[in-house]
Amino acid sequence: MPNPKTIAVAMSGGVDSSAVAAMLRAEGHNIIGLTMQLWNQRRLAGHEGMPERVTGRCCSLDDVYDARRVAEHIGIPYYVVNHEERFERDVVRPFVAEYLSGRTPIPCSLCNNHLKFDQLLVVARQIGADCVATGHYARVEYDDACGRWLLKRPADRSKDQTYFLFGLTQDQLSRTLFPLGGMTKPEVRGLARQHGLALAEKPDSQEICFVPGGDYKRFIDAYLAERGESLPDTAGELVTTSGEVIGEHRGIHNFTIGQRKGLGVATGSPLYVIQISGADKQVIVGGDEHLYSRTLRARRVNLISVDDVREPMRISVKIRHRHEPAPAMLEKVAADEVLVTFDEPQRAITPGQAAAFYDGDIVVGGAWIA
Amino acid sequence: MHRIYLDNNATTPVLPEVLEAMRPYFGERFGNASSIHHHGQETRAAVERARDSVASLLGCRGAEIVFTSGGTEADNLAIAGLTAAGDHIITSSIEHHAVLHSCKHMEEMGCEVTFVPVDGRGLVDPGDVRRALRPNTKLISIMMANNETGVLQPVEEIGKIAAEADLYFHTDAVQAAGKVTIDVKRIACDALSISGHKLHAPQGVGALYVRRGTHLQPLFYGGRHERSRRAGTENVPGIVALGKAAELAMQGFERSDDKSMSDLRDRLQRGILAQVEETGVNGDGAPRVPNTTNIYFDHIEGEAMVISLDLKGLAVSTGAACSSGAIEPSHVLMAMGLRADRARASIRFSLGKQNTAEDIDFALALVPETVARLRELSPVYKRQPVSY
Repeated sequence: MPNPKTIAVAMSGGVDSSAVAAMLRAEGHNIIGLTMQLWNQRRLAGHEGMPERVTGRCCSLDDVYDARRVAEHIGIPYYVVNHEERFERDVVRPFVAEYLSGRTPIPCSLCNNHLKFDQLLVVARQIGADCVATGHYARVEYDDACGRWLLKRPADRSKDQTYFLFGLTQDQLSRTLFPLGGMTKPEVRGLARQHGLALAEKPDSQEICFVPGGDYKRFIDAYLAERGESLPDTAGELVTTSGEVIGEHRGIHNFTIGQRKGLGVATGSPLYVIQISGADKQVIVGGDEHLYSRTLRARRVNLISVDDVREPMRISVKIRHRHEPAPAMLEKVAADEVLVTFDEPQRAITPGQAAAFYDGDIVVGGAWIA
Repeated sequence: MHRIYLDNNATTPVLPEVLEAMRPYFGERFGNASSIHHHGQETRAAVERARDSVASLLGCRGAEIVFTSGGTEADNLAIAGLTAAGDHIITSSIEHHAVLHSCKHMEEMGCEVTFVPVDGRGLVDPGDVRRALRPNTKLISIMMANNETGVLQPVEEIGKIAAEADLYFHTDAVQAAGKVTIDVKRIACDALSISGHKLHAPQGVGALYVRRGTHLQPLFYGGRHERSRRAGTENVPGIVALGKAAELAMQGFERSDDKSMSDLRDRLQRGILAQVEETGVNGDGAPRVPNTTNIYFDHIEGEAMVISLDLKGLAVSTGAACSSGAIEPSHVLMAMGLRADRARASIRFSLGKQNTAEDIDFALALVPETVARLRELSPVYKRQPVSY
């Protein structure tokens, strides 16, 4: 190896990041394994509605154990770094606040922006690493023509994580490696087996890491109870799109756009949540046809492949993780606000989620749906 | 890689003489000390010799020593063994978790517990202990030396208070044993914990001094080992090692001119304070054990410092490691009134008998440049705009 680098690998104890560490080590780089301790699972254990025992995946001792075993196996130094305070401030509290104001947040993007590609990069530099490598499925490359770092969709489209990475800055991208961008998941498992990693067959994690069982309502209740805060009263009316009050609900945080179950009213035709109005605590319901919209506005814009949107741009837009990018026009309407106009109406555009902008495989940027 | 170990308050290397002393008890001298035959007699004699050595170190009789699996068990045995539901316990906010969590457990079992504070130097005020006394107070447990700052607590004054009030006094002397002389009569304590691996014996052995005539409820039930105070076949190699380590510690104290440990520590501390700005010693102004200095380096993360130094071959520590291995802000430094960021920016350097002047030079060459780099890259120094 002509130019071995010192690389900090963000190790979660899963197959992907373990394979990254093993692969980069085999290439001859100096590798330092780091695991971020983000959330203490014991905090809410035993609270009303939460499991007695620790069952969540995030920062579980089992995962740290797995990561440590991999580090020992491949012969690299390994450390756990504590970022619990920052995670609570920048991810958990905004997550709770978004639900309570009637939006549907994506904590993974917040974590990427504030922890994984911010705090971890700082730690990596401080301990002498040139860059950070993670097990995300995405590609990063420098484009000489435009003089910018580009974020691109990975070879394995079924694992594409670029939707959660649209917030990365040029500085962050310049110091980030995604070694799995050209591989498929089965290839990564094969690589893990090849390196003799015991966790090659470990199942993927799916849910939001700090919410056990994916029940965010119970999490919010337990979190507020633990903090000694009471759940704000956001109960109100269920209203149809024509303005008719057809019932009551127990709090707007129990709803997301497009939700059909749990409305508590029985009507002839299926009803869906169309809109959540935080100001007057109303949940507006209607037929499926009301869920479609051709436009969205989004704020807190981050651009990657371009430095500005001066003219309307032809792009495709992904409005949730499992959504096929849809063709649209992107226009800047204010200093930090964009308007997206889709060619075809899109179902259940949800405030609080991200809109990621693509030009083919290239991530143009993204913003948060207002 | 050249590696220097300055984290001897976490654990110490087993000294060669100690290893030699214990080695036969892994092999040819394997007997169970309770057996009546030759093999048992051989190990029984070794256990009792070690007991006398440990007793000499603490200024007590051999019969007053109970061997345990370590400092944590000794602390648990003292606290749970001397109190019961309805009793009041006085301890401090800077105790080791072995004492703090034992007291919290007794709280759940129906005891009342008062945690007395410390001042900015990390010292317990005996007046606070006296004021905390209640009619049902049964036990005072205050450590002799703090593990993070090395600050020596006024245990003799506290011992007087306990004696006057006719209650039990336990002191966790895990970080004091081998570093300063201990005399249980001067301290006037009823129980005192020590741990082998903090004084160059191996991990897995410790002892509790229990004053003669003190009724102690055991933690374990089984055979009548350790005069029915601690059931379980003795860890003979560990006990022999602890005895040898106690002898070596006493030989060190007998050389009254032997200030080599504090000289090295002072040189390290002076060197760092002289070369690095915005630093200070936590526990400054209080009496301390000779091997420890805890220094804050403002505007750094102690965690990044420990990792950086480890990657260059210097082992030191910060705060307390939680179960995952992540570092939590030190409850000791927080109790001393340090701001959370300064507590997180604090590093503990702790020396052992194996450390030399060259080791100190190595640390003095490495620490200033590492602090400089961390400060240069610190987000606290260079606040960057937060982007979503």
